[in-house]
Amino acid sequence: MLFDYLPIIVLIIISTGLAGIAVLLGHLLGPRRPTLRKSVPYESGMRPIGPGARRMPVRFYLIAVLFILFDIEIIFFLPWAVVFKKLGLFGLVEMFIFIAILLVGYVYAWKKGALEWE
Amino acid sequence: MPNDLWLSIGAILPIIVLAVWACLLLLVDLFIPAQRKGWTASLAAVGLLITLAVILSRLGQSQSGFGGMVMVDNFANFLSILLLASGLAAIALSHDYLQRTGIERGEYYVLLLFSISGMMLMGMASDLIMVFLALELLSIPLYVLAGIAVPRLNSEEAAIKYFLLGAFASGFLVYGTALVYGASGSTSIAKIVQVIQAGQHNLTLLLAGAGLILVGLGFKVAVAPFHMWTPDVYQGAPSSVTAFMAVGAKAAGFAALLRIFVLAFPVVSLDMTPVLWSVAALTMILGNFVAIAQKNIKRLLAYSSIAHAGYILMALTPYGQSNVSADSVASALFYLVAYALTNFAAWAVVIALEQADERGLELSDYAGLGRKQPALAAAMTVAMLSFTGVPPTLGFVGKFFLFRTVIEGGFIGLALIGVLTSLVSAYYYLRVVVIMYMQEGEPVVRRDGWLYATAFVSSIGVVALSIFAGPLIALASRAILNLF
Repeated sequence: MLFDYLPIIVLIIISTGLAGIAVLLGHLLGPRRPTLRKSVPYESGMRPIGPGARRMPVRFYLIAVLFILFDIEIIFFLPWAVVFKKLGLFGLVEMFIFIAILLVGYVYAWKKGALEWE
Repeated sequence: MPNDLWLSIGAILPIIVLAVWACLLLLVDLFIPAQRKGWTASLAAVGLLITLAVILSRLGQSQSGFGGMVMVDNFANFLSILLLASGLAAIALSHDYLQRTGIERGEYYVLLLFSISGMMLMGMASDLIMVFLALELLSIPLYVLAGIAVPRLNSEEAAIKYFLLGAFASGFLVYGTALVYGASGSTSIAKIVQVIQAGQHNLTLLLAGAGLILVGLGFKVAVAPFHMWTPDVYQGAPSSVTAFMAVGAKAAGFAALLRIFVLAFPVVSLDMTPVLWSVAALTMILGNFVAIAQKNIKRLLAYSSIAHAGYILMALTPYGQSNVSADSVASALFYLVAYALTNFAAWAVVIALEQADERGLELSDYAGLGRKQPALAAAMTVAMLSFTGVPPTLGFVGKFFLFRTVIEGGFIGLALIGVLTSLVSAYYYLRVVVIMYMQEGEPVVRRDGWLYATAFVSSIGVVALSIFAGPLIALASRAILNLF
């Protein structure tokens, strides 16, 4: 049974091997003339203005949580829309229940002031 | 809509009622002013009572729903009633306590309701996927509840610790589920039983899956060696949350363990019984011996809850013997009731003595309680005697029933360990009694009607039900598991 997976293992070995060889060859053969401009994180981009791990207002996290919440809603909507006709009335009612549950969370977040920036 | 869908919805109607009520309460609470959160508490209690009425109106029926995903049998109903009653007790303990510690928020009661609905689902779940869903539904509100006393540091610590270890434990449960699926080709308990009867299962995978499920649920019910989080979480969480968590999470976890093991896994009992035997023995020994060293009453009760998880797990040890397994379920359920009542009596007294900034939680703070508050001291004494297993308390009847089941299953050594560790536990339980009555002190006690009512009703229940234990035992014996 495990023999069936042999092609996958071979593929993994070959692809990691190839990737390793490519990186190694570039490293060995390529000329290196580093300048200050070339070694910044974004070459030809804007000039970095400080370390990446800066302190952020905690409000962003709240926004992120809300985003995830309502993003999942969309993920559920999509397959539902695809099989909408097949599901018929049942699907419609189900989706309304789903939206009603989400709406409870939305109203809660709204009233608690999670959507206001200040 | 298809007819069986309506039947399925009818089967889980209590949970739907409770969840819808919780959602509405969340909205209603937004319009209740902060000084009037007692209204939220009363509304939450009303929701629990309505759910209880729905269950009581349909007792005795056994219904399966959603293609065998849930099974509403006597076992599930028994647990639901226990959980709803625990929820009511928890609300009675909470309101005054939360108010005076300044952490009363309406979300508290909503989360409590959501958690109870998850626990009820756990009792009904007859599909491993459903068990996982119910476990998450009951756990996530509990994580938040454990941390609801922010910015108190150890409450935050409790929440984070509980969350991380709980998520870890869920991973074990899911892994176990996957392996059982690999072994039998289904996650439905009824189908797994069919496959096993036909002899088409993979025994090694099934055994590994059963072991991992035991680990995952063992975390939740806090049996050794998966108990590490318990003392810190029980100590850090607000006392009213701990009181509820100790009963609810345990009852739900054992419900799933009983249903899965008794119905689906008798085939691996030859290998699982020694594991259950040693886990139960280790839990009883560790819980009781470490509790001796505790000076803080919340930590003491946390270790005591670990020990009691060991006693209940003991009932599961002979699950593979078909002539004992019914007694095994009945004695575990009965002990859960005994534990719940005793637990609420004890925590009501603890909460009455607790003051702001976690003062009043040392054992020495109980000195002089016997003289100053004889009634509360009596309630605490009854609880401590019941935890020890001294007649005439429910704890004694429960332990008697448990030991009888274990001996019936032929595990006299395990029963002996249970009896001996009960003797050890007398040392630290009775020490509380000694401190209350024989040491001089000026305990500060909070007067609150609901708190007192919970303490007295539970402690009187502990004594009265032990004298008239017959009907309760009969109820527990009728709470059998249905497969189809």
